Amino acid sequence: MKILLNAGQVRAAVDELVGQMAAATPAGTDIAVIGIKSRGEILAQRFSQKLTDKLGRDIPCGALDITLYRDDINDPHGKAQPTVRSTEIDFNIDGLIIILVDDVLETGRSIRAAMDALIDLGRPRAIRLAVLIDRGHRELPIQADFYSCKVDVPQDESVEVSLVETDDVDQVAVSKG
Amino acid sequence: MIRRNTKFNWKRKHLLSLRDLSRQELEHIFETAKGFEQFSTRSIKKAPTLRGKVMVNMFFEDSTRTRISFSLAASRLSADIVDFTKKSSSVSKGETLIDTARNLEAMGIDIVVIRHNAGGAAKLLSRSINACVVNAGDGFNEHPTQGLLDVYTIVKEKGSLEGLKIGIVGDIAHSRVARSNIWAMTKLGAEVTLVGPPTLMPAKVDQLPVNVSYNLDDVIENLDVINMLRIQFERMGGNPFPSVREYSHFFGLTVERAQRAKPGMLVMHPGPINRGLEMESEVADGEKSVILKQVANGLAIRMAVLFLVNQAAMQEGKK
Repeated sequence: MKILLNAGQVRAAVDELVGQMAAATPAGTDIAVIGIKSRGEILAQRFSQKLTDKLGRDIPCGALDITLYRDDINDPHGKAQPTVRSTEIDFNIDGLIIILVDDVLETGRSIRAAMDALIDLGRPRAIRLAVLIDRGHRELPIQADFYSCKVDVPQDESVEVSLVETDDVDQVAVSKG
Repeated sequence: MIRRNTKFNWKRKHLLSLRDLSRQELEHIFETAKGFEQFSTRSIKKAPTLRGKVMVNMFFEDSTRTRISFSLAASRLSADIVDFTKKSSSVSKGETLIDTARNLEAMGIDIVVIRHNAGGAAKLLSRSINACVVNAGDGFNEHPTQGLLDVYTIVKEKGSLEGLKIGIVGDIAHSRVARSNIWAMTKLGAEVTLVGPPTLMPAKVDQLPVNVSYNLDDVIENLDVINMLRIQFERMGGNPFPSVREYSHFFGLTVERAQRAKPGMLVMHPGPINRGLEMESEVADGEKSVILKQVANGLAIRMAVLFLVNQAAMQEGKK
């Protein structure tokens, strides 16, 4: 296992992303942050708190479960069995600029699922994508608007993001298999 | 709230009875159902999860709630639905249950939801065909999705079943709902008391993990939940009680009895209600009643069940 980012670097990466998002948000536009369960949800909460401080107004935060929209759910070659959890978005997304948050961007398939799930909830003005790590190997034409680091990780290795809220430590590691 | 990832692999491609399920499996169904609850309030009440799958409703007995609830659950998950009723099918020409199901399967169905007047019909079917089988009531045996939605409703209202005192009142002998209830409730830590006249108690009641009372007035003040069953006249032979008025005098949930109960007692009924017989209208529509919440929760439970059995079938196909 190789550590890609330690706790301090994760914190710096979050701050950097918040800076990028704030800079890309013209005054007076309504934005909201929505994280993909489960690591994206935690990141989204950190983003929304920091954006609220930075922009001086409340930036709503929500969590999206994409299990029902995954394209591998009826695929006999799919990996593990996903668990359905709840989507928790207690505001109307119509007309908002939604910043969709995930920890790692790889194939782009979860982002496709997330966009479908969001559009079933309403009609946002725009959807932007923010990720902590972009590791390549895209299978769909999807790119991040905001990312803190791009790394080339071979496909047989996995990038694991740990966050204090669920894993007791902030770090990003690369491990074999 | 952020939950830690709990990995649980659901392995059953059939849902036949709650007697077979472990506590962990019951809790996994509830956890999954929670994810489906918000569907009814969304602008688009549909997800593409079961797109291209076909569910057949095979109902050999009448039903309103269960059949519509399964249909709606399947359509919210984008499955296609075939409705089958005994009257308008070749069953009236003498075709057997298994032949009928095999023929349907040859047309490519994925999930069979079956209600039948013979106990064990769903189990028999699950051994004969490859499609997923979901029991929607078999004779006096079980009605697992009703049991699940009853327990899920209690969990949502009370937080947990641990230590709750639950009364199941009325026609226990003819009730598959009661059996599914007993298995699920006791597995989750509740203390169940069956209440009714001796003629409406099931055979071998002493072998069930329950208390038995023949007097509702003795127990009403201690109950946290009361589940009133319907008197199933259509299944009765002989005269289990002298008159309907006498039954409701001794075992009906009247306004007066409901007032003697704990303030937070939940009043439940699996429907359809015989108003004025097992329950007075004021109680059925009163503030203690969660009868319509049961129906709403049933939809989330059935979506969860369809989702899970399909998932297990997909995993099985992988091997």
